[in-house]
Amino acid sequence: MVLFLDFNPFDNLLCILLGISFTVWFTLLLVFIIVPAIFGVSFGIRQLYMKTLLKIFEVSGNHWAFLSFLAIIAKEPTSLEEEIKEIRRSGSNRDLDSASEFEMSDIFYFCRRGVESIMDDEVTKRFSAEELESWNLLTRSNYNFQHISLRLTVLWGLGVVIRYGFLLPLRVTLAFTGVGLLVVLTSIIGFLPNGRTKNFLSEKVHLMCYRICVRALTAIITYHDSENKPKNGGICVANHTSPIDVIILASDGCYAMVGQIHGGLMGVIQKSMVKACPHIWFERSEVKDRHLVAKRLSDHVEDKTKLPILIFPEGTCINNTSVMMFKKGSFEIGSTVYPVAIKYDPRFGDAFWNSSQFGMVSYLLRMMSSWAIVCSVWYLPPMSREEGEDAVQFANRVKAAIARQGGLVDLLWDGGLKRGKVKDTFKEEQQKLYSKMLVGTQEDRSRS
Amino acid sequence: MGSRASTLLREEEIEEIKKETGFSHSQITRLYSRFTSLDKGENGTLSREDFQRIPELAINPLGDRIINAFFPEGEDQVNFRGFMRTLAHFRPIEDNEKNKDPTASEPLNSRTNKLLFAFRLYDLDRDDKISRDELLQVLRMMVGLNMFVSQVLRMMVGLNMFVSQVLRMMVGVNISDEQLGSIADRTIQEADQNGDNSISFNEFIKVLEKVDVEQKMSIRFLH
Repeated sequence: MVLFLDFNPFDNLLCILLGISFTVWFTLLLVFIIVPAIFGVSFGIRQLYMKTLLKIFEVSGNHWAFLSFLAIIAKEPTSLEEEIKEIRRSGSNRDLDSASEFEMSDIFYFCRRGVESIMDDEVTKRFSAEELESWNLLTRSNYNFQHISLRLTVLWGLGVVIRYGFLLPLRVTLAFTGVGLLVVLTSIIGFLPNGRTKNFLSEKVHLMCYRICVRALTAIITYHDSENKPKNGGICVANHTSPIDVIILASDGCYAMVGQIHGGLMGVIQKSMVKACPHIWFERSEVKDRHLVAKRLSDHVEDKTKLPILIFPEGTCINNTSVMMFKKGSFEIGSTVYPVAIKYDPRFGDAFWNSSQFGMVSYLLRMMSSWAIVCSVWYLPPMSREEGEDAVQFANRVKAAIARQGGLVDLLWDGGLKRGKVKDTFKEEQQKLYSKMLVGTQEDRSRS
Repeated sequence: MGSRASTLLREEEIEEIKKETGFSHSQITRLYSRFTSLDKGENGTLSREDFQRIPELAINPLGDRIINAFFPEGEDQVNFRGFMRTLAHFRPIEDNEKNKDPTASEPLNSRTNKLLFAFRLYDLDRDDKISRDELLQVLRMMVGLNMFVSQVLRMMVGLNMFVSQVLRMMVGVNISDEQLGSIADRTIQEADQNGDNSISFNEFIKVLEKVDVEQKMSIRFLH
């Protein structure tokens, strides 16, 4: 009996304290994060946070031994024909006029190219997170750094406490708030009759919820050239690094999303979003039917009251060092294309989603326990397909513009190589090039 | 978490590889990082599939022969030492190496060893001779299958691709077995000195004595 009497006042005190801290917590949340999100204003807290972090990195950065993992070897940009001719010329016993059809030394070209690609190739390194030159105090970014001093370990430990103890719970709360509000409010708006009011409200609700999600990730985004923002009846294309790309773009403008219907929580969100404004969701079976997809997209862009479509033509997440092949589907539709380049700053946390390594939930948790997501978005001037240009050429032109603006490497390789094998036709092209060298000189011989 | 590459490679191992291959310390750690990124099974060795996953290698007409050079007779896995030993053939020859002690064993990147690497690509059955048949097979790898054969294969793979592929192949180049045969005969005739209708390694060296092997079979590191 005595024990119980002792606990009671403590219990009460504990309850009161918890109650007060929760109230304070939620008030702060409301005032500093949710209300600004609704109105689209900012107190500049995140910018201040970013500057502080950079200072800390600077202070800690100089003590590190680091290895940079840029290009390892020098690759000559010479073509197959040029190089084989060069090899033959250097070893030729005959006079230079009669070109030989085959030399045993031809094999050197294929040898060297093959071993070069074994040492360093352009494709496989795009599907894993970019390696940094110095450490940003996140264990996950610590690839090859030796020499960890005591000061840095302490800083890192402090970082862990702050990130997991304070930032992560805060962000998770915000995320739940944002998603919850999105589902509830869009379902409510769904009951309104179609018209100006519904569109207006839907726009506001979408923007507000995405802004809350932006704060849930502590995303610090700089938008450039907003005068080029996508307009109704257009298609917005962007390079793809992570699912967060959607949140980043949709918090600054309203888009019609395109995608496959998922089950679970994603499915719930998708179904309620489409009640408020027309997004384009496909059943799994419909995705394979290219004509159906193209028809629905072109029907949507023809209706000028509907929002611009947001598409990621790479079809998969790339690690933000390059832009890979754009699938031509969205470029065949014939409407204006609004290219957007998104470049993340890896110093604060790598946003790349390596779907073979992490599922969606663990990925989001990693994002929410990084320092911040810092990125730049450039709205490029709109482009249309020109006379005599086919969809593939148009797609490559848009891709080049995005790569140039974002400072990314422009690759012709297909992002699908992340999971699939390269097509035989590429090898056959190489074989054709070499065959021309053998056969071409045979024709010369028969003529002379 | 990312793989902590260099923490798994001991300093003594790096020294041994340095002595054997001539690569510098930083080159070895970088190539080890490359090795681990290719090693999807994370068991410290590479299989043929690990190499075939590199798209630029998969489209190389001699890709399979090059991959084979990494695997000693009858083995299916290559460890980091073996990997480095093979890559060492492509290290550029430095001037100060040319005047080294002649009694020391020949470095892996010597002119002779570079030529041996290329020779082995031709020598399919590893009997130290390039026969007419082997030369023909390698030539066929380099020029691709006959149009007819690839069309048949493609028909077997997917009928809906058939039409566009046929159209594409029609503008392609076709080299018949007879043409390749006469190329092979000519080549062996020119190289064969002892009349056994095949090319030995010494005959191979003689044919290529004027070619700038040092430069064409070397890969330059940026650091």
